Formats: sequence, structure tokens, C-alpha cells
Amino acid sequence: MTSKIEEIDTYYNIGYVITTLDLSVKYGGRYAIKDININIPRNSITAIIGPSGSGKTTFLRCLNRMNDLISKAKVEGRVLFNGKNIYDPDVDPYQIRARIGMVFQKPNPFPKSIFENVAFGLRINGVKNREEIERRVKHALTQAALWDEVKDRLNHNAYELSGGQQQRLCIARALAVEPEVLLMDEPAASLDPIATARIEELMIRLKERYTIIIVTHNMQQAARVADYTAVMMPDEDGVGKLVEFGTTREIFTNPKSKKTEDYVRGRIG
Amino acid sequence: MQVPRAEKIVGSVLLAASLLTIIALILIIETLVYESLFFFSRVSIFEFLFGVEWTVLFLDKKFGVVPLLAGTFLTSSIAILLASTIGLGSAVYLSEYASPRVRSVVKPLLEILAGIPTVVYGYFAIYTITPLLKSSVFPDISFYNALSAGIAMGVMIIPTVASLSEDSLYAVPETLKHAAYSLGAKKIQVVFRVVIPAALSGIVASFILGLARAVGETMIVAIAAGFRPVLTLNPLEAIQTMTAFIAQVSTGEAPHGTVEYQSIFAVGLYLFTLVMLLNLIGNYVVRRWGVRVS
Ligand SMILES: Nc1ncnc2c1ncn2[C@@H]1O[C@H](COP(=O)(O)OP(=O)(O)OP(=O)(O)O)[C@@H](O)[C@H]1O
Ligand SMILES: [Mg+2]
Repeated sequence: MTSKIEEIDTYYNIGYVITTLDLSVKYGGRYAIKDININIPRNSITAIIGPSGSGKTTFLRCLNRMNDLISKAKVEGRVLFNGKNIYDPDVDPYQIRARIGMVFQKPNPFPKSIFENVAFGLRINGVKNREEIERRVKHALTQAALWDEVKDRLNHNAYELSGGQQQRLCIARALAVEPEVLLMDEPAASLDPIATARIEELMIRLKERYTIIIVTHNMQQAARVADYTAVMMPDEDGVGKLVEFGTTREIFTNPKSKKTEDYVRGRIG
Repeated sequence: MQVPRAEKIVGSVLLAASLLTIIALILIIETLVYESLFFFSRVSIFEFLFGVEWTVLFLDKKFGVVPLLAGTFLTSSIAILLASTIGLGSAVYLSEYASPRVRSVVKPLLEILAGIPTVVYGYFAIYTITPLLKSSVFPDISFYNALSAGIAMGVMIIPTVASLSEDSLYAVPETLKHAAYSLGAKKIQVVFRVVIPAALSGIVASFILGLARAVGETMIVAIAAGFRPVLTLNPLEAIQTMTAFIAQVSTGEAPHGTVEYQSIFAVGLYLFTLVMLLNLIGNYVVRRWGVRVS
């Protein structure tokens, strides 16, 4: 066991925004993921790949305490965010979620106007000033490459947008609260290639200011956008493990484990 | 494609059933309109709609329906005020806060509450609510009064409002709640800013259905609100509602063909129109605010 001070020295100063230490999750007594240790570098894109059921979503939900909402889920181990364990009792999970945003697999805009969707996070986090809200909504929509398409119909219901636009709206909604980290769970799964390409472009631009962790089933996508890639696989007992983590180039051209190589080849070839 | 014989038969039976419903509705409207025409050949529509005295059962007959309308308005407003707050409150509690076990016990209990005969609520109003109000807050409340009848009616429609609202709250997808939580929302913010707005059309529909039931409710007001068609908005006095008047005359001895007999059809037609209008407004509101949550 290392002390707090040591943790901060070890993980914070060398540019890791998130570090997990022996992170495990049980659903009703059965482990879904076990002993995940990973360092996520700041201002980078990290892809998490792996077969269905290997615990990618479960892992991602640990990083902003969304697993708290699933009554059956029990989290063990530590998740250091800027050196501080977010599972410490003195940590407010609501604040953590405001600083570590999330985009879901299926676009899930609120049944509200486009404007109110993006303003939602600001309002609940106590921003009252109208001009500030308007400015930040515009900024977030611009960052998400959606502003030009919606600027004349901000009052329209978000459900009028196409699937790809809705997903970019959800990204804008997450960006509006200015998180440090953006977790994306297969954000392009339900989108066509053009919408997907736009989201990928967007991620690469956002990396200057944010750290992005993206779950994807699409190897080409991981190869295109990610600086680092983590490979998760279920072991013999079906428990998700991190089998390999490294730069995307390493993982795709020179994987250390046979499992990774087969998986990556199988999925590409 | 070949349609099996059995399916054809089932189809025709169902068609017949729905036709029957429509025919019944047409017959009801026809009767109401037919008898009302006789009434309006004797009394001007203007006097009926805007007159403020209703003395149909007296020698000096006046046919202003406003006092009955006010009676209905008064009791229904009290009822819907009570039922919407308590009904929505319990719906929110059940769908968002109660454990699955509590929910599985309380929901069927609500349905039972909905099945209590209205005559029971009527006597509950007279013998429980009124004495309670008299001894606690309103010492000079009348024996028959709009307030107790309204409260009893409110209790009667709580299950309707709660159950329907709960259904629509419960149907709000988990993904929307998660989206809100992922932005840092607290539970109370998720409930009030996401779940309730997303379920609003269903909630409003439950209010309107509850209101329609209150407007049409007869037994409770006939027992507990009195037979005093006087224009007042004081809930502590005895009043008479449109339904109670119809009940009074149709169970009484007003002979066919008399103007007091015909007047119940005019009142009935008015009531029918009001309830129709409520439903139309309800539909409009639902369509206007209704959200497609995929
Ligand atoms: N809410 C839950 N309750 C119980 N078990 C769960 C829950 N969520 C996930 N699991 C289980 O945990 C394991 C990992 O699931 P998870 O959704 O994290 O996998 P995944 O890698 O994201 O899969 P996919 O690629 O299909 O999205 C699975 O065996 C799954 O059945
Ligand atoms: Mg998943």
C-alpha cells in the first residue's frame, strides 16, 4: 500500500489523468472485470477494444462512478483521478461526473430543445447567468461541429435531428460542462460512415483540450484515432481482464500476446 | 394470403363490438339532443347558459344553469387539486424512490382503492370528513358542503392519477436518467428536470382523466354536497352540481314532458359537451407537449 502523497507523486505529476489500481467489479457476487491496472495519459485518446462481454462498458462506468447507479454492481480497488481516489468516502460522485463526462452508445438526447439539451449540464451545475449559458452552449456546439447545422433552430426539439447529429449533440452536451475527461462508449455504433468520420475528426480535435477514452468494436476506428489502445478479454472463467495496453502502433503491429494478435487480425482480416 | 376461418370470426365479433360502442354513443347523443330541443323551445339558450338562478323545482321557475356549473366547478377543482398533488407525489415516490418490494405492494393497493364504491366515499364525506373539518378548522361549515364532497372525490380519483402518472414516469428510459447523472445531476434534479418533464404528457393526461371523472361523478356529490343550487364559490356551503341535479330529478317524480324533466337533458348535454371538451384539450396538450421518447 502506498500513501496518498506517494500516489500523487507517482501518478499525477507524470501526466496520467486516470490510474486504476486493482480495479474489479462484481455484479451480484460474480466478477465481471478483475484487477485492471492502467494509466491513462493526459490529452490523448485511448481506445478500449475487446470482444463483447469482456467488461469494456463496466470498466468505463467505473471511471466516473456511473456504476453507483447499478445496485447490483460492487466496485473494488481504486481509481485515481488527478491522484485522488474517486471512491474515497469524502469524494462527491456528482462532482466527479461533472468533471469526467460520458457519451453513450446510443444517442440519448433529452426530450427538450437543442439549446436546453446543451444548457442542461450548466443549469444543474449552478450556472445562472443567461449570457454565460448562451456563450457556453454556442461554444460547445461549435466544438462538437454542430453549430452551423443547428444555429437557426436552437428551439427545435432535439428529436428532430438525425442520429449522427443527435450523437454530436450529446457530445456537445457533455463538453458544455467542460470536463477534463470524456468517456465514450461506442459513440459511433449506431451511425453511418459519414457521421462516424465526423465524430472521429471531432475526437482528434478535442484531444488538445480533453483526455478521451473510447470503447470501440471497430479496429480501423481504433487504429485511426487512438494514441493508445487497451485490449480486454475474458479469461477462462469469463472474467474480463486487461491483456495488453500500449501505443496503438504497438498493439496493431507488434502485439505482445498471441490473444491480442489473433483478436486484432481476426477483426481486421 | 389465406385468412383462417377462426380469425375471420374473431375479427367480425370485435368489429361488431366496436360498432356497438359507436352506436351506443350516437344513441346517447341523439337522446340528449332530442330532449334538449324541447327544452330549448321553451327556454332561451341565452337564459340557460348565462342565467344565475336555477329554480326549476319551484313555482317561479328560472333556468340559469350557472349555479349548477359553479357547483360542479367548485367540487371538481377541490378534487383535482387534491388528487393531482397527492397522486403525482405518490407516483413520483413509487417510480423513483420506492424499493421494488414497496412498489409491488403499494401499486395493487392503489387499484383496490380505486374499486371502492362511490357511495362509500359519499358517506365518508358526511360522517368523517365534515365532522373533522368542523372540529378542527371550520366550525361553521354546513352539514352538506362542497369541500367535503370535493375532498372525498379527490381521494377517490387519487388512484387514477397516481397509477397513470406512475406508468408514464416508470416508462421514462433509464438512458435519459443516466445521461443526466453523467452530467453531474443529483437525484432530485434528475427527477424534476428529466423524468417528470419527459413523462409530462402522461401526467397531464392523468389529471384530465381525473378531472373528467370528478366532473361526471354523481353519487358522492348527491350524498354530501347538498341540493342547493345557489351561485356561490364558498366551499363551506351546501351547493348542487349538474350531476346531482340530474340524479335528483330523474329519481324524483318529475313527469315526462314537463320542463323540469326536459331540463335534465339540457344539463346532461352541457355536461357531456364539457367532458368532451376536456378530453379534446387533453389530447391537444398531449400532442403539443407530448414527447417521443424513443
Ligand atoms: N447491469 C448489469 N447487471 C449484471 N451483469 C452485468 C450488468 N452489466 C454488465 N453485466 C455483465 O458484465 C459482463 C461485462 O459486460 P459489459 O457490458 O461491461 O461488456 P462489454 O465489453 O461492454 O460488452 P459489449 O461489447 O457487448 O458492449 C457481462 O458478462 C455482462 O453480462
Ligand atoms: Mg459495452
